[in-house]
Amino acid sequence: MGALLEVEDLTVWLATRRGPRMAVDGLSFQVGSGEIFGIAGESGSGKTMTAMALLGLLPHAARTSGKAVFEGRDLLSMSARQLRAVRGRRIAMVSQDPSTSLHPMLSIETQLTEHMRHHLGLGRSEARGRAVELLATVRIPDPEQALGAHAAQFSGGMRQRIAIAVALACEPRLLLADEPTTALDVTVQAGILRLLHRLRAERELAVVVITHDLGVLSAVADRICVMYGGRTAEVGPRENVLTRPRHPYTRGLLDALPHPEGGAAALRPIPGSPPSLGEVPEGCPFHPRCGYAVPDCRTERPAPVLVEPGHASACPPDPLGGIA
Amino acid sequence: MNSAEPASGSTGAGRRRPARPGGLPLARFLARRLVAAALLCVGITLVAFVLTQLVPGDPAAANLGQRAIGDPAAVAAFRAKYGLDKPVPVQYLTYLGNVLQGNFGMSQQSHRPVAQDLAEYVPATIELALFAIVLSLLVGVALGVVAAVNRDRWPDQVLRVVSLGGVSMPTFWVALVAFYLLFFKFGLLPGGGRLDPGMNPPPYATGFYTIDAALAGEWDVLSSAAGHLVLPSLVLAVYTVGMLMRFTRASVLEILGNDYVRAARAKGLPERVVILRHVLRPAMVAIITVAGVAFGSLLSGAVLVENIFSWPGLGQYAYRSAVNLDLPGIMGVSIVVAAVYILINLLVDLLYGVIDPRIRLT
Amino acid sequence: MTASDSPAARSRRDPAARSPWRQPLALVGAAFIVLWVLVALLAPLLAPQGPLDQLSPKLLEPSAQHLFGTDELGRDVLSRVIYGSQVSLPLAFLLVAFAAVIGSVVGGIAGFFGGWVDGALMRLADLVFAFPGIILAMAVAAALGPQLRNAVLAVVVVSWPSYARLVRGLVLSARNSEYVVASRLLGSSAVRTMLVDLRPNIAGPVLVMAALDVGNAVLLLSGLSFLGLGAQPPAAEWGAMVAAGAANFDRWWVGLFPGLCILTVVLAFNFVGDTLRDALDPRTARAIRG
Repeated sequence: MGALLEVEDLTVWLATRRGPRMAVDGLSFQVGSGEIFGIAGESGSGKTMTAMALLGLLPHAARTSGKAVFEGRDLLSMSARQLRAVRGRRIAMVSQDPSTSLHPMLSIETQLTEHMRHHLGLGRSEARGRAVELLATVRIPDPEQALGAHAAQFSGGMRQRIAIAVALACEPRLLLADEPTTALDVTVQAGILRLLHRLRAERELAVVVITHDLGVLSAVADRICVMYGGRTAEVGPRENVLTRPRHPYTRGLLDALPHPEGGAAALRPIPGSPPSLGEVPEGCPFHPRCGYAVPDCRTERPAPVLVEPGHASACPPDPLGGIA
Repeated sequence: MNSAEPASGSTGAGRRRPARPGGLPLARFLARRLVAAALLCVGITLVAFVLTQLVPGDPAAANLGQRAIGDPAAVAAFRAKYGLDKPVPVQYLTYLGNVLQGNFGMSQQSHRPVAQDLAEYVPATIELALFAIVLSLLVGVALGVVAAVNRDRWPDQVLRVVSLGGVSMPTFWVALVAFYLLFFKFGLLPGGGRLDPGMNPPPYATGFYTIDAALAGEWDVLSSAAGHLVLPSLVLAVYTVGMLMRFTRASVLEILGNDYVRAARAKGLPERVVILRHVLRPAMVAIITVAGVAFGSLLSGAVLVENIFSWPGLGQYAYRSAVNLDLPGIMGVSIVVAAVYILINLLVDLLYGVIDPRIRLT
Repeated sequence: MTASDSPAARSRRDPAARSPWRQPLALVGAAFIVLWVLVALLAPLLAPQGPLDQLSPKLLEPSAQHLFGTDELGRDVLSRVIYGSQVSLPLAFLLVAFAAVIGSVVGGIAGFFGGWVDGALMRLADLVFAFPGIILAMAVAAALGPQLRNAVLAVVVVSWPSYARLVRGLVLSARNSEYVVASRLLGSSAVRTMLVDLRPNIAGPVLVMAALDVGNAVLLLSGLSFLGLGAQPPAAEWGAMVAAGAANFDRWWVGLFPGLCILTVVLAFNFVGDTLRDALDPRTARAIRG
């Protein structure tokens, strides 16, 4: 399976009042066609900026370097016009909170059909017919009637299903889902994740799921990339990363997850808080919070290295290598 | 003063925004506002009345000639004729009762029923103000959007100066300068009046010459009436364009920060569509609120410039009533102006429902 | 102006750049205000003639001798324009001060006592708001008699409600804040609380509104004079001078220069006021708008 998206050494600078600050620092990963790829990290880890960079939706004053080759073309060097032809058509986005990402004043029909008509040149009735199918695909009851409705008339879970239908309208190859379940009730989350899973299978759709919640990724992701301070901490197949983590940060994230058998006592939060923009420390960005840090961690900036086939970790001391 | 003469195009929105009813159907919401408007109207008649009672000047003195004022019988007759000899509360109640029947009393200055005067003068001003508000909305909203999407870059800086300039210009002076340049010096536009000299007004239907002329099929009258509207409405629009620009910029900026705008961009829509469909529509909720306030300031402006353009409208009538202490005239003008203002606000409320489906549906 | 809350906007907002006195517009505005105040103070030194001197032929075009020409009575327009600043500026400051004090007191009372007091005062403010300013001011000025003093009163009458609204809102939001509750628990009387604890939080926004209002005051006042309801001839008042220009509209210089004076004064105050409002936090800025 050839890579659909190949991100190489992606770096993003955002303009702040004290000059440009690096939000993403040399990130590399691949996403295969039909693959669900998870990017995990706390807020400020650069995961959302990664998605925005791929879509060309960074704030005006932001700069990027590196490459993001999608279907053989580099997204980062495209003109605004070329990007618009890709956005919504080949790459679509689902964002965190459907109550704010769906337009409050436009009908569901308009929101579902406007980009179909723009990208695919469909007529009104044709686009409408496909919109009905899409709503049925994401299991919205009574799609015909839903078209005339507005976002406010649906529950949170239904809104996210509609947002996914909007994203799927032009049959994109890649879906960027930024915290797709964070704003939803737990019971609804599972439904959305099952939906993503099913769509991947039915449509050979590649999905990048961006989340702070490793629990979400454990349910759907084929491979997982853990980000910290704008850099890759660890990347590999889901099984390997979740059951045999090699980076202390991944370990910390897993320990912070509630566990069915553990009870409240087992929760172990990571001490400290993630660095804010422009304040990423020297050396390994995680070293101030890491229980395993050695002196080298303060000076050497580690790159991910393979620890087993397909599984890389950016922690040279590899304190967890023996444990696993 | 901020609201009466809105500063920098930003008054009123804070005040009107909370009008969005939580879970109230539009019809009931409008009904409630209608009742409030009616009460406000009554209140205004009271204010207008109290105001005229404060007058130290004697209307009899102002309206009877120098000779008649020395004749007690003439003064008494004048007072009796206009009910000025009755106790004040009785005068007010009589007046209110008459107003409710559409009787605003006799003008002491034109010696005609005030209602008849108003029917003649009010449409002239409303026609002018409507022309000006449409012009202001087109220009002001467009420039405000340009400023917002170029935030902090040079077009924004330039437009900021333009809009502040617009709200800083004395309307009566703009009228004078425009009249001198566009009419007197270069003859580009017709100068005073509503029609070319020698032309007869179209048959009265609405009082709007443009509409009446079109209804009667008098095309030369229509084009003359429209031509005469251009100069005064351009002058009036200077202030409201500045006001609407500033406000449009602010509300577009507010909307641009929303997730749904990013979502629209993520769909690969052309920026033009994103702005016009996804940004401008929600921004319009705030903009039409200000447009309502702007309409009020157009009425104010009309009072100042109607003289220069010999525009036979409410402003001239109000001015003549005021300097002649013509109480029925002043009160009639006040009530009509307030009623127009209230009507505009109701229209704004109605437009909320058209623009924002949440008001219709919830 | 209300700032957007997108991360992009936030990252680009620079507190240093927002400081009002670093903005070129505010500097230009402040410079013009200072200039006009100086002109008003030094009028007798600057003006070539007295404001009422009729020393020259009527309606002379601008020339080296009369930079701004002469008016319909043979008075030097430049001199009259310079002396005009002695009329408009102090009166504008005065009436804004009056309006701000009256409005603040009314709004403070309404916000602090609430209940029917609040209801009555705010309905009164609504009534005044429902009138376009100039028509109400015109009615008041006409009722009291066409005099400059009465025009000032008329403008005060239509100006106070916006301050009342602003202060009422600020008092309402501050009244329930922790520090006021705390000071009341500590035994401060209601009035003391209002004067000592709330004043600093209210003075700022009121001053900004007042700065924005000076321009409007100049406009309204000169508008009334233009209509003949304010300054009376032969006084050198800008609005009345524009009216003279309208009567002699074919002699452009008679009306042009006094109008330019009004424009520059109003523009200067609007430059400063607008920048000050931008520098305020968005919530207060929103309150000032309405």
